[in-house]
Amino acid sequence: MKYFFLQATLSRSLPFGEAGGALTHILFLSTTLFFIGMYGLFTRRNMITILMAVELILNSVNINFVAFNKYLYPGKLDGIFFSIFVITIAAAEAAVAIAIIINLYRSHHSIDVEDASELKY
Amino acid sequence: MKDILLQITMANILPFGEVGGALIPLLPLATFVILGLFGRKYFKSFAGILGTLSILIVTLLSFYTAYHYFFVEGKVDGVFQKIVALKYTWLEFSPNVSIDMGIVLDPISVMMIVVVSFVSLMVHIFSLGYMEGEERFATYYAFLSLFTFSMLGLVLSSNIFQIYMFWELVGVSSYLLIGFYFDKPSAVAASKKAFIVTRFADLGFLVGILILAFYSGTLDFGVLINKLTSIQSPEFIHITSASFLGASMLTWGLTLVFIGGAGKSAMFPLHIWLPDAMEGPTPVSALIHAATMVVAGVFLVARLFPVFSVDGTALNIVAYTGALSALLAAIIACTQTDIKRVLAYSTMSQIGYMMFSLGVSKYGGENGLGYMASMFHLFTHAFFKSLLFLGAGAVIHVVHSNEMKDMGGLRKLMPITHITFLIACLAIAGIPIFSGFFSKEEILLAAYHSNKLIYVVGVLASGLTAFYMFRLYFSIFWNSTQNADHLMKHGHGEGSLTIKWPLIILAVCALLAGFVPIAHWVTSDGVPLETHIDIGFSTLPVLLALAGIGLASYLYKTANTRPQAIAHSLGGLYQTAYKKFYIDEIYLFITKKIIFNLIGRPAAWIDKNIVDGLMNGLAALTGKISELIKGLQSGKLQNYTLYFFGGALGLAIILIYFLQ
Repeated sequence: MKYFFLQATLSRSLPFGEAGGALTHILFLSTTLFFIGMYGLFTRRNMITILMAVELILNSVNINFVAFNKYLYPGKLDGIFFSIFVITIAAAEAAVAIAIIINLYRSHHSIDVEDASELKY
Repeated sequence: MKDILLQITMANILPFGEVGGALIPLLPLATFVILGLFGRKYFKSFAGILGTLSILIVTLLSFYTAYHYFFVEGKVDGVFQKIVALKYTWLEFSPNVSIDMGIVLDPISVMMIVVVSFVSLMVHIFSLGYMEGEERFATYYAFLSLFTFSMLGLVLSSNIFQIYMFWELVGVSSYLLIGFYFDKPSAVAASKKAFIVTRFADLGFLVGILILAFYSGTLDFGVLINKLTSIQSPEFIHITSASFLGASMLTWGLTLVFIGGAGKSAMFPLHIWLPDAMEGPTPVSALIHAATMVVAGVFLVARLFPVFSVDGTALNIVAYTGALSALLAAIIACTQTDIKRVLAYSTMSQIGYMMFSLGVSKYGGENGLGYMASMFHLFTHAFFKSLLFLGAGAVIHVVHSNEMKDMGGLRKLMPITHITFLIACLAIAGIPIFSGFFSKEEILLAAYHSNKLIYVVGVLASGLTAFYMFRLYFSIFWNSTQNADHLMKHGHGEGSLTIKWPLIILAVCALLAGFVPIAHWVTSDGVPLETHIDIGFSTLPVLLALAGIGLASYLYKTANTRPQAIAHSLGGLYQTAYKKFYIDEIYLFITKKIIFNLIGRPAAWIDKNIVDGLMNGLAALTGKISELIKGLQSGKLQNYTLYFFGGALGLAIILIYFLQ
């Protein structure tokens, strides 16, 4: 989905019009947020922190949705719907992830992902 | 049931309708199953009686069937009919081509069920005494029943594929019985040899069946014979006009079928298994390798005789193979010292007679004399040859050896065996009033009228027959007496009543079977034939036979060194015959030196290095590659995340820059 928007944006090579400045700022914010999430995902070993990093990534996507909806297609609501949908999924995902973490803790007495690396060649 | 097609024509020929008819082969089958499954546990001593009773019922049913066929219902307008008494379509390929299980009654099959069940009954009774105390007594009777079932099924077959199945069953039971003493390496080797050689011949039989069935479009004997004998039928024109390597497909098909028959009937050059098959218990040799199974090849040619008779080439092959085998086996038999091997070669020689007699015959009327003579000889031979084998069995039972040098002078110790053996020898030598005389004269007469060369071979072999049979007789019952004196003091007597009675009954048959008017019953076209014995014609063979007996008595009646002297003076010739013309050695040379080295080894090399190598190489390559890339499956979550984002990034780059 992300690529679709990226492609749509670039192919039209919009100068972002009058609101271009505001949109650029918002995109900058969301990109920063995304890479902070990425950084957390790669560097942290604690699974709860990793989960939080994933949430950051999801929220950066949400910001993109809302921003594009507002500045490029003001008459439509698709972007908003999508972001609400993502929030719902994120909530469910958090529940599942925390259940997995609890089970992992019970079996390994740790929630460090380095300690749970038996499933390999 | 709709798919069960029962064609019951004149079923009242069979005792108690078609059920009774089916009982003839099925009763031994039931006995086999019962004895085979439960015999060793529950009927240890009772197995013999059970098997014998079952075969007794079968024999009575066969006699009843024969009586009704030959005297009451079989003949319509002076011609014996071919009656399909029972037919059950087992496997249908198309409306015309189907494998049926059925019972056909015609003169040869009715004659054969009488011979098979009667000889089988005698052997069953004989074995009660002979095999007494054997560890695997019940198994032995189970195998005998299996054999009897297969042989009866074979002769009653209505379909060429049915005969093939029973043909293989007969081969299996023969294999089991030859290898009955499976703790003896020689018996194991012999059973394997018999199985492989006959199996090899059966390949020819199968191809022959396929050729005949392909061109005639049917597997049913009746329809097949009808189509391939009527000159105008499209099938006949098709099969005779198609040719391969210079011979018509009809010749090929019949020759291949004959190869199957030659394998079972121990015809040159496929006879090598028969002498070795004597490793089995002696009553088995009497039943299978003398009286019944080995004549299956003759029966097969006789069954397809109308087709053979329209093809001169195939018939000539039958005739010359038979004549060559008759002479060759007779020569070898003169030099062997194992009494069962002598009898084995004599069997081969007598079957050679039956074969060339069929080969020189024509279809129908007076010209069909050879066919009748062949069946007549089959009939009489079954009695005197099984008698010879059972007599030899009784001797072996007492002497505990197969070698002639361990015998001699047994006539006082074993009077009944002596007399019955003498009768059988006179019968096989063709002395007048004994059964073999009548059938052999008919064979020689048929050969004389159609092929002088074969006639000469036949007369020669008949003289040799008398010589080697009486060599055997004198060596066992006369000659030196020192072994006999020893046995008189220390050995046990002649054996129980179950051993003596079959000998006596078979001796009566061997004496009287010649007076059975087979010519009135069993002819190529079903029309009774009038035969007569021509005194002038018979003089030469009978004189030759008497000369043979005289020579044997001069050489072997008393212990002397004349035989050795003669053997010595013949030198290489004697040695060649003693070594059975080196045929076994030739086979070994061909298989071990030529086939193994030139075909077997290169094929094994290709299989090992190229076929297996390809597969092994593929597996090794896969292993190497997976070894290289298995590090990717590290089990570390963040590595996977990295791949995932790397992939996503890669896709994005491709989509943006390359797939515009």
